[in-house]
Amino acid sequence: MTISKKDVEHVAKLARLGLSEEEKEKLTQQLNDILKYAEQINQLDTDKVPPTSHSIPMQNVFREDEAKPCRNTADILANGPQTQETTFRVPKMLE
Amino acid sequence: MSDKLYTKTVHELHQLMKTKKVSSVELVTAIYERIEQVDDKVKAYLTLTKAAALIEAQKVDKRIADAKEIGPLEGIPVAIKDNMCTEGVKTTCASKILANYIPPYNATAVTELEDDGAIILGKLNMDEFAMGSSCENSAFFPTHNPWNLKTVPGGSSGGSAAAVAADEAPFALGSDTGGSIRQPASFCGVVGMKPTYGRVSRYGLVAFASSLDQIGPLAKDVTDTAIIMNVICGYDPYDSTSIDKKVPDHTKALTGKLDEIKTVGVVKELLGKGISPEVKKSIEEAIKVYEKLGAKIKMISMPSFEYALSCYYLVATAEASSNLARYDGVKFGLRSADSPDLLSMYYNTRREGFGPEVKRRIMLGTYALSSGYYDAYYLKAQKIRTLIKRDFEAAFKEVDVLISPTTPTVAFNIGEKSDDPLSMYLSDIATIPINLAGIPAISIPCGLAKGLPIGLQIMGNVLEEEKIIKAAYAFEQKTKWHKERPKL
Repeated sequence: MTISKKDVEHVAKLARLGLSEEEKEKLTQQLNDILKYAEQINQLDTDKVPPTSHSIPMQNVFREDEAKPCRNTADILANGPQTQETTFRVPKMLE
Repeated sequence: MSDKLYTKTVHELHQLMKTKKVSSVELVTAIYERIEQVDDKVKAYLTLTKAAALIEAQKVDKRIADAKEIGPLEGIPVAIKDNMCTEGVKTTCASKILANYIPPYNATAVTELEDDGAIILGKLNMDEFAMGSSCENSAFFPTHNPWNLKTVPGGSSGGSAAAVAADEAPFALGSDTGGSIRQPASFCGVVGMKPTYGRVSRYGLVAFASSLDQIGPLAKDVTDTAIIMNVICGYDPYDSTSIDKKVPDHTKALTGKLDEIKTVGVVKELLGKGISPEVKKSIEEAIKVYEKLGAKIKMISMPSFEYALSCYYLVATAEASSNLARYDGVKFGLRSADSPDLLSMYYNTRREGFGPEVKRRIMLGTYALSSGYYDAYYLKAQKIRTLIKRDFEAAFKEVDVLISPTTPTVAFNIGEKSDDPLSMYLSDIATIPINLAGIPAISIPCGLAKGLPIGLQIMGNVLEEEKIIKAAYAFEQKTKWHKERPKL
């Protein structure tokens, strides 16, 4: 499998990542190199091998969903690029 | 008294504090003087918190004056990798996107240290978002290896390892996703431990690859490592993946003997191709030390290791691409000034805020998870992960601990690998399988070549940190590599 510049553009769109033309060229080359190396995993037959998503077996931990007061709203909002009262402002989404 | 205080270990400093020969304020002051002397060369710190540290030290001194007993970390300074949240203190992950982020809360590991009286000195440099093996991916500046300033300190916890090696902190916290504690510990000649996945809470650790990330200590010797492990390990209701099991007293493992450790396994694949002759020689000498300590040595083959690097760079980048989706310019961190609408805000914020390696990994991870490639890359990598786990399970039926070099070579030069991502990734070949299997491992100094340290990696089964510490301490008692310090 080889990756084209068009693939890079598609993936960048999925990742919401802006890239310059130069970055696109470089990434096309580098991703191809890395994936070529990574494709050695296809040498192994894993048809009967189950996947591992977590190294240590564990189960979901549940708790009651209870509303609690937030103690430091002001500190949280202070990190917002743009805020209004107790909300974060974003640029317009729709015309 | 205060002139060489900064060279001392945590357990030595504790004795001085306990017998009231030194106060915490004196100690903290001495360390900041040391930082002032050498950090313009080493560049380990991103942020210093001197004013707050001196106030805390005064408080601890008052407490010590009235106390009969003091805890092992009471009044001892510590530095924190800049991907762990510190309430009210900038936490940047060495990224432009978080350059002005001030967390409204503490990471649990930081709270544990503070509750035990440790004094936070500041925040340490790292590869951006912990992605890298040289500390060159910091958006601010690279850190230099105190043993040779032209070489890298390793990464991603390069600031943590360099600070401890340069006596700019008695100990530090780092995080390890594929070797990010052990590889820099090896390059800088200090002790670095990655505990079992889930042993230390990840709450407040900025996520890179959630199924691999683990916080751990970097220290001057194994005794200090055991002391710090006692404090930072344990269950945390804020981290549902933390392990709910009693934490043993790790210092009980400091016997100087191997006791129940009868067989030491040597990973065959990690002494062959790609391992430099000087590293190989040091490991062969380490094997002899274990023989003299009475261990039976057994060569163990781990055939899946050959595929571990590929597996890691698919799993870790997939998780990273998902974790880093939160940096969108909405609630915290950078927002591009060029944000006429929501979509361009996302694109431009992430373009301006992330460095090249982070972009590369987001791209690789997004690709591996994208429709049509998921089975071929991500799912396949997760199956390889099972094979790596099985290799370790089989090995620990035959041996008590496994050893290998921590890194294939000593520290490389700054700039040497920065244009070749794959060759940079290969420097983690010995550390990556451990994270994929979730087991604990340590790196301890075991030699010097060309004036640069070599690290011995000791691996144990899940939750067998005590065995690792026992094997490491017995080795340390027979050799004196941990006493070697760089001349700055």
